[in-house]
Amino acid sequence: MNKQLEVKNLTIAYDGKAVVADAGFELETGEIGCLLGPSGCGKTSLLRAIAGFEPAVSGEILLRGRCVTRPGTSLAPEYRNVGMVFQDFALYPHLTVSKNIGFGLRKLSRGESQRRVEELLRLVDMEDLGAKYPHQLSGGQQQRVALVRAMAPQPDILLLDEPFSGLDVELRSQLARELREILKRDQITAILVTHDQLEAFAMADRIGVMMEGRMLQWADGYSLYHRPANRFVADFIGRGAMLTGQVIDGPRIETALGILEANRTADLRPGETVELLLRPSDLVHDDNSPFQLEVLDRVFQGAEYLYTLRLNEETQVLCLVQSHHNHAIGERIGVKLDVGRLVTFRN
Amino acid sequence: MISGTSVWRGGVVLIASLLAMPVIVILGFLLVPAGEVWHHLVSTVLPDYVKNSLLLMLGVSIGVLILGVGSAWLTSMCRFPGSRLFEWSLLLPMAMPAYIIAYTYTGLFDFAGPAQSLLREWTGWSYGDYWFPEIRSLEGAAVMLSLVLFPYVYLLSRAAFLGQSLCVLDVSRTLGNGPWRTFFTVALPLARPAIVAGLSLALMETLADYGTVQYFGVATFTTGIFRTWFGLDSTAAAAQLSAVLLLFVFVLVVLERSSRRSARYHHTSQRHQVLRRYPLAGWRGAGAALFCFGILFFGFLLPAGQLLIWAVTTADERLDAQFLSLVWHSLELAGIASLLALALALFLGYGRRLHGNWAVQLAVRIAGMGYAVPGTVIAVGVMIPFAAFDNGLDAWMRSQFGLSTGLLLSGTLAALLFAYLVRFLAVSLQTVEAGLAKIRPSMDEVSRSMGTGGAETVRRVHVPMLKGSLVTALLLVFVDVLKELPATLILRPFNFNTLAVRAYELASDERLADASLASLTIVAVGIVPVILLSRSIGRSRHEQAT
Repeated sequence: MNKQLEVKNLTIAYDGKAVVADAGFELETGEIGCLLGPSGCGKTSLLRAIAGFEPAVSGEILLRGRCVTRPGTSLAPEYRNVGMVFQDFALYPHLTVSKNIGFGLRKLSRGESQRRVEELLRLVDMEDLGAKYPHQLSGGQQQRVALVRAMAPQPDILLLDEPFSGLDVELRSQLARELREILKRDQITAILVTHDQLEAFAMADRIGVMMEGRMLQWADGYSLYHRPANRFVADFIGRGAMLTGQVIDGPRIETALGILEANRTADLRPGETVELLLRPSDLVHDDNSPFQLEVLDRVFQGAEYLYTLRLNEETQVLCLVQSHHNHAIGERIGVKLDVGRLVTFRN
Repeated sequence: MISGTSVWRGGVVLIASLLAMPVIVILGFLLVPAGEVWHHLVSTVLPDYVKNSLLLMLGVSIGVLILGVGSAWLTSMCRFPGSRLFEWSLLLPMAMPAYIIAYTYTGLFDFAGPAQSLLREWTGWSYGDYWFPEIRSLEGAAVMLSLVLFPYVYLLSRAAFLGQSLCVLDVSRTLGNGPWRTFFTVALPLARPAIVAGLSLALMETLADYGTVQYFGVATFTTGIFRTWFGLDSTAAAAQLSAVLLLFVFVLVVLERSSRRSARYHHTSQRHQVLRRYPLAGWRGAGAALFCFGILFFGFLLPAGQLLIWAVTTADERLDAQFLSLVWHSLELAGIASLLALALALFLGYGRRLHGNWAVQLAVRIAGMGYAVPGTVIAVGVMIPFAAFDNGLDAWMRSQFGLSTGLLLSGTLAALLFAYLVRFLAVSLQTVEAGLAKIRPSMDEVSRSMGTGGAETVRRVHVPMLKGSLVTALLLVFVDVLKELPATLILRPFNFNTLAVRAYELASDERLADASLASLTIVAVGIVPVILLSRSIGRSRHEQAT
C-alpha cells in the first residue's frame, strides 16, 4: 500500500501559542481518516495545515511522498492538489450548480469538463439540478454539491471540515453513509474533522483523537473503544466508569466486584493499585450475584436500560440490561463482571 | 525588502490620515488663542447660533419621529389601502435636497404664491386681513428638513420593526395588552436604538444644512461660518466656529454608534416568522392611508410637481448651452468623485480584508467618519491647509527661481474633489465592505484549494460577486456629490458652476422658476438611489418570506 499522507511531528502556533503540538499520523491510499475531538482541540487547524492554509512551526507534511509543508516553506494551496469541503459549503452564489462543480476544471477542455460535471451530478443523483443556483437547493443537496466540487479535479486527498454540522440530525447519518460509499467507490483518500464520535465511527477507517493540540491516539474505532491509549481517550470515546483494583499476582486483580483475570499481564506488578475501565457491557445483570447494587438512575433506550449503579461512596458504575428487567430507582439489583478485554491504567 | 503587506497597511494609514486632515486642522484651531473676531462673535451672534441650531434640532426631532416612526409602524405592521405602495414610495422625499424643497415651498406659500392668492380670491381678503404661517422662519425650516430627512428614521425603525420577533409581540397580546399598548410598551422600546440611530443621522444632516437656513434667514452655525469666512474674512474665527459645530456633531456620532451597538443585543429570538400584517379596515385604513399619502404628498409630490410646472414653463429659455455646460460640470465632478471614492474604498476594503491589524481597522474607521462632518466644516478644513501650501510653495518658488506657481490646490477642482472624498468616502466604503463581507473567507480558500491563484480568484469569484455593490457605490456617491451644496459653494474654482450651485443662486435671487430646471434634474437623478434602496427592501422581504 502507498502512503498518501504523512504528518510528522507537526506543530502549528498562533502568536507563539501552539494549537497543534507534535502531531503525527499516516493515511494509506483510499483510506478515510478522521480527526475527532472537542471544539478548540486543534483538529481544524491541522486540517487547514494539510490544505496549505496554515504554516508549520516544526515537523512536516508529505502528500504522496512529496514534502508540501515544513518550517519556513509551505506549498501554496493551489499547487497541492487537495480538495476541501468547508463547514459552510462556500458555494458560489453567482454560479449555477454545474458551474460550481466545474470551477476547478478549467485545465480540461469544455467537453471533458462538461462530461466530468455530468458524471459527478449522476454520482450524487442530482442530474436535473445542474442549472439551479445554490440558494435553490436544500441543505443536503448543497452539501453534495460542495463535495463533488471538491472531488471534481481528482485531488490526491479530500479534506472535509465538519461536513455535516450544518444539517439536520436525521440527514446526517444518511449522508455520512452515502459519503463513505462514494469515497470508497472511487478509492478517494479523505480526512474529515468532527466532534461527533458516531459520525467518526460511521465514516472513518482511522480516527485520531485530539485534545488541546495533541494527537492522543491514532487507530481504528474498535481499538479506540476497546484499547484506549489513555484515560482521556477512554473517557471521550463511548461511556464507562473507572474502577480501582489491586494486583494480587500475575494476571489476577482484586476489585470491589470480585477478582478479575487480566489478559495482558506483562506490565502488572503484584501489590500495585490500578484503575480499570469498565464499559456498560462489561457488567451483566445476575439476580444470584453476591453484589447487589442500588439503582441511582436509569435511561430507557428501547431494547435496553442503561442503569447507573452505586458501588460505594465514591464510585458509580454503568450497566446495560435488557429492558424487560424493569427496576425502579432505589431498588437493588445483582450484577457481576464479564469483562471481555481488560483495560488498566496506572495512577 | 518591503513586503506587500506593509505597502497595503502604509497606504491605508496614509489615506486615512489625509482624509482626517480637515477635521484635525479644524480641531487644532481650538488651541489657537481666540482673536478679536471670535470675541465679537461670542458677544453678539454666537448665542443665537447655538439657540437656533438647538431649536432647529428640536423641531426636526419632533417632525422626523412622528413622520418616520409612524409611517414605519403602519407600513411594516399593518395592511391598508396602498400600504405596499407606500412601503417604497415613502423613500422618495430622500431625492429632494432640503434647499430645493425650501425654495419650492416658498414659491408655493408666500404672499404672492398660488396658495395665498387662491385664498384671497376665494375670500376676498387682502394683505393684512388674515394670518398665514410664515414659511421663511425657523419653524418653516424645521418642517422642510423634517419632510426630507424623516426617511432616515423610517428606514431604520422599519428594519427594526420587521426584525422583531413576532413572538415578543404575541406574548404581550396573550398577557392582556391591546395593540396600542403593545406598541408603546414592547415594540417601541425594542426599536428605540434603531430609532435613535436614525434620528442622529437626520440631526447630523440638520446641522450640516446650509441652503435651507440661509434661504430662510435663520442664523445657525453653518450660515455663521459662511458669514465669518466670506464677510468678516476671518479664517481663525470661521475655523473656531466650525470646531464648536464639530462638538455638536461628535455628540450625535457617539449617540448613533452606541445605539447601533445596543440594537444588536436586542434580538432575543433567532426565529423570525413572516409577519402577519394587521388589517386596518374602514376609517382606520383610510386614516393610515391618508397619513402616509400626506407625507408623500408634502414631502415629494407637491414640490416635485411645482418644480415640473416651473420647469416646463421656463424650459424654452433656460435649456441653452449654459445649462448644458452646468450639467456637464456636475456630471464630470460627480463622475470623477465617485470613481475616486470607489478606488479608495476598494483599497481600504481589501486592505482590511487581507492585511487587517488594529492600525488598519482604526484607519478604515477614521476614513469612514466623514459622513458626519458638515460640508461647510470640511470646506474650511480643506481650504486652510491647501491655501497655506499654495502660498508657501509660491513664496519659495519666487524667492528661489523668480517664478510664481499661483494656486495649485486651493481654488482648483482638486480641493473640491478632495472635500467630496472626505465627506462621501463612507458611502462607498460601506457598500464595498458589505459586498466583500458576502464573499466569505472559505470561498477564497475553496477556490485556492482547487488550484486557482489569487488573481484568478479575484476575476472569477470577487468581480462577479462584487459587481452589484460596485455599481451601487458609484451611484450613491455620484448622487450625493450632485446634491452637495455648501462645500461646493466654498471650494469651487472661480466661475465654475454646478447644477446645485446654480439652482441655489437663482433661487436666492428670487428667480424660483428659473432655478427649477436645474433642481428638477438633481431630484430626478436623486431618485436613482431611492430605487436601489427600495429594491433592497423588496429583496429582504422576499428573504424573510422564504
